[in-house]
Amino acid sequence: MIAFLVRRVIQAVGVFLAVGIIAFSMFRFVGDPVNQIVSIDTPYEERVKLRASLGLDDPIPLQIARYIGRAATGDFGISYQFRQPVSALFAERLPATLELAFCASVFAMVFGIVLGVVAALRRGTALAGTLETVSLLGISLPTFLIGILLIYVFSETLRWLPSFGRGDVVRIGGWTTGFLTWSGLKALVLPSITLGLFQMTLVMRLVRAEMLEVLRTDYIRFARARGLKTRAIHFGHALKNTLIPVITIAGLQLGSVIAFSIITETVFQWPGMGFLFLQAVQNVDIPIMAAYLLLVAFIFVVINLSVDLLYTAVDPRITISGGRAT
Amino acid sequence: MATDVTPDLATAPRPAPVPAVKAPSLLARALDSDLWHSFKRSKLAVVAAIGTLVFLLAALLANLAPQDPFDPAQLELLNSRIPPLWSAEGQAPFLLGTDDQGRDILSAILHGLRVSIIVGGLGVLFSASLGITLGLVAGYVGGAVDAAIMRVADVQLTFPAILIALLVDGVAKSISGGQMSSGAILGVLVLSIGLSFWVQYARTVRSSVMVEKNKDYVAAARLIGLSSPKIMLRHVLPNAIGPVFAIATINFALAIITEATLSFLGSGMPDTQPSLGTLIRIGNRYLFSGEWWIAAFPGLTLALLVLAVNLLGDWLRDALNPRLS
Repeated sequence: MIAFLVRRVIQAVGVFLAVGIIAFSMFRFVGDPVNQIVSIDTPYEERVKLRASLGLDDPIPLQIARYIGRAATGDFGISYQFRQPVSALFAERLPATLELAFCASVFAMVFGIVLGVVAALRRGTALAGTLETVSLLGISLPTFLIGILLIYVFSETLRWLPSFGRGDVVRIGGWTTGFLTWSGLKALVLPSITLGLFQMTLVMRLVRAEMLEVLRTDYIRFARARGLKTRAIHFGHALKNTLIPVITIAGLQLGSVIAFSIITETVFQWPGMGFLFLQAVQNVDIPIMAAYLLLVAFIFVVINLSVDLLYTAVDPRITISGGRAT
Repeated sequence: MATDVTPDLATAPRPAPVPAVKAPSLLARALDSDLWHSFKRSKLAVVAAIGTLVFLLAALLANLAPQDPFDPAQLELLNSRIPPLWSAEGQAPFLLGTDDQGRDILSAILHGLRVSIIVGGLGVLFSASLGITLGLVAGYVGGAVDAAIMRVADVQLTFPAILIALLVDGVAKSISGGQMSSGAILGVLVLSIGLSFWVQYARTVRSSVMVEKNKDYVAAARLIGLSSPKIMLRHVLPNAIGPVFAIATINFALAIITEATLSFLGSGMPDTQPSLGTLIRIGNRYLFSGEWWIAAFPGLTLALLVLAVNLLGDWLRDALNPRLS
């Protein structure tokens, strides 16, 4: 177990280092940082002095090490467009994105599992057929199109829900939350559905396939022979065993939840990290882009590790040793 | 893919000297393959294939559209924002209405479809060649080269495709200083889509190559002194490429979605050379003033195109998978 953990941590550090180098090299791509700071008529000597004081004359590996070292302490530099530290901008936007991602994931898991179970148990009926078709649509419709469609139907035509922003938020310490106000909750509905729909279809298809597989096994037949209630068989025995792949996929998909949140946040003008990142791309704000890259890598590594650890909690048969889960 | 249907002449009893049996033509072999039979059996696959073909044809024939949406001389501002023909205010030549600049939506969709398909197709071509090459080299050479390529693939997988595409786009923009021709933008889109999707090809090809390279025919090829590149390309690759077609089809749908998303977010094709995504972005501005048709028809086209290609890819994946059936 410890050997496994150590190996995974070393791998994670490797991934991080690679991403850090990529993030750093983005700064080099855009040319001389000194030119971004000084005005046109700054004399040459001052530029040289600035160059030395910024450490730009040092060897590249040293500069990379310094960048990663600072990033590790939360210092990502200063945004070109906002003239504020990137970390402060991120801290301000993070709650909006996390609340959205949380709601979207809950929506995707709950509806995905329920609909997947229904589709498996009612196989061959019209209901299951409809669900299949809907799931295919969910995979084929691009996220932004779903967002536009929902806005058009529920905001523009029916006028039930707001089409942009977070509504009223409550500030608790450094965290702003939309959970505590009615308008904040209403504002969460459409973006969460938009963001979660793709994951929901994935979870649903997966649960359905796994359920069909499990329902054919001997121990389910035996459970029936023992005279257990159908409900107990379906949910106590069958569903439980479908959850391992579901957890894996849902966990690994969290990365794409973050990616899709760029799209969703832009469609709904949600003041989160994704929207910030898109603005940064459009204005070539490298410090934000680089920091976002590192953050996504961090989240991905943490998720991967937790998914591996969750395996052991869900399925006691899995023992982790020497890095190979059997 | 095509199974070998040459009659087994050695064991078959020969009643009389027959005129030399010609090897069946490529078409005949294709028509007698498992794949074709499976295709004919699946109604959904036939419908999807016809749908995909219709879209490809429509894109190919975009020049026959009633109007050239890129020719400012043909645009009349007086004709702007006309609703579709079947609504009360519809006007004669504009079947699906017009947008804010008096562009015929139908013509714009046909041309946009062409741009989307070109970008998607080139993107798939690029990512497939990149992935197949790297997978082939990794699987065949092995050792440190293999480890290096696969670690890069791992890091690559950390980042969702759309994020990579946005980053590539941002970097390209900063290098060019924001001034790019539509051709250059198209190139950047193809590059970013290609860089986002190569890992799946590389992994698939690598795993089949690792099985293939230990077979006798590879050893035989080595023994007669063929060079490694030749063995890889001419002998190993054809045996490892089957699953690539299914991946490529599904990735074509993904690439079209990615392009549309980038263009919708404003990081893709410009308004002067719109793809389907750009058209939806333009239409989105007018959605709230009730002009739904500007966004709706490009959106519908995009969704149907992706659906058709996805269905085709789904079928292909099952049909090429020897474990099913």
